[in-house]
Amino acid sequence: MSIATAAQTIGPFWHLIEDKSLADLTRFGAQGKALTLTGRITDGEGNPVADACVELWQASPAADARFPGWGRSGTDATGTFRFTTLKPGPVPGRGNTQQAPHVAINILARGIITRLYTRAYFQGEALNEADPLLNLIEDPARRATLMARPDGPATWRLDIRLQGDGETVFIEV
Amino acid sequence: MSDIPGFRPAAPGSQPDNDTPSYGSTRLRHPTRPLIAFPHTITEATGPTFSPRHFPALADLTLVDGQAAQGERIIVRGRITDEDDRPVPHTMVEIWQANAAGRYNHPGDQHDAPLDPHFKGDGRVFTDADGWYQFTTIKPGAYPWRNHKNAWRPNHIHFSYFGPGFATRLITQMYFPGDPLLAIDPIFHSVPDAAARNRLISSFDLDVTQPEWALGYRFDVVLRGRAATPMGV
Repeated sequence: MSIATAAQTIGPFWHLIEDKSLADLTRFGAQGKALTLTGRITDGEGNPVADACVELWQASPAADARFPGWGRSGTDATGTFRFTTLKPGPVPGRGNTQQAPHVAINILARGIITRLYTRAYFQGEALNEADPLLNLIEDPARRATLMARPDGPATWRLDIRLQGDGETVFIEV
Repeated sequence: MSDIPGFRPAAPGSQPDNDTPSYGSTRLRHPTRPLIAFPHTITEATGPTFSPRHFPALADLTLVDGQAAQGERIIVRGRITDEDDRPVPHTMVEIWQANAAGRYNHPGDQHDAPLDPHFKGDGRVFTDADGWYQFTTIKPGAYPWRNHKNAWRPNHIHFSYFGPGFATRLITQMYFPGDPLLAIDPIFHSVPDAAARNRLISSFDLDVTQPEWALGYRFDVVLRGRAATPMGV
């Protein structure tokens, strides 16, 4: 038995491995309902987090040669990330539960030593009411921090607050 | 059946706390509310795979347009295993670093040290069937970073690992043995457990060293292991 290696911050210069095409999960010709997921990341004083690496993973639709299921977007000067991906469907939860459609999000940046993990759900999905993770969060205002909202045609917005008022719910992973 | 095994939680003290005041940039960027505990589901227990067809390997960082980078050439070799000591095969490893003078090829790096037109500082390799990876690079220089008075980062190489699940995602830094800056580096010391911290230091390895060519360093990495039984059944 060994112990997993410790994390260290991705730092401010991770863009050396950035490839902007990675933010488009439909680039290999994925078929399905495409959407844009965008949002702004701000810190404890409301300043944009302009040097973050945001990574997205979704188990639905299942990854294949045309759909990697994973993407990476840097944030711009306004702290904004932007992905193009396919609308996820429900996925199984533990036991006999169903999870509402969602994507997983990692936030990596200078000043974040070990990745912050959260999820984006989609407002208006009937399954949200029964989602096992959402139901762990009693305060509706806290739960709302995981809920992307429509923001134009086929576009969803989820702003992320790292600290303070309206702080995003982060999940142990 | 939907209950695929999740990954084991971190051993106490083995991972850094995002609330680390000695590292100034954490001040406004760490959550103040407790994280929500939630057993891994398919979302966390599965993860992306990367094909070398779309992500070609770049295992020699020392040449740009056939011209050699300045600095001390080194070979870094290591094995990626999980907490059950099983190799992690065919997983992508991303690498980035400063040049020999301690300067990143990045517009945000304003350190008054020379850029090297023959060193870009990014690489990508895949582990083989037995978890081994290797690349050739230039030993990165130390650089100042204004975290506190006279603050310098120890020599380090940044690494990004994926492993089999989104939960196994790991970003870390590899350090060099004998570096005097390690004793006073807040990022290195953000890992509470000394043994866990020291595992971030590579070791000089004469078997990796190539005669008349390059010194070799060994850096092994452990990714999280699967929980023994499905959780939350």
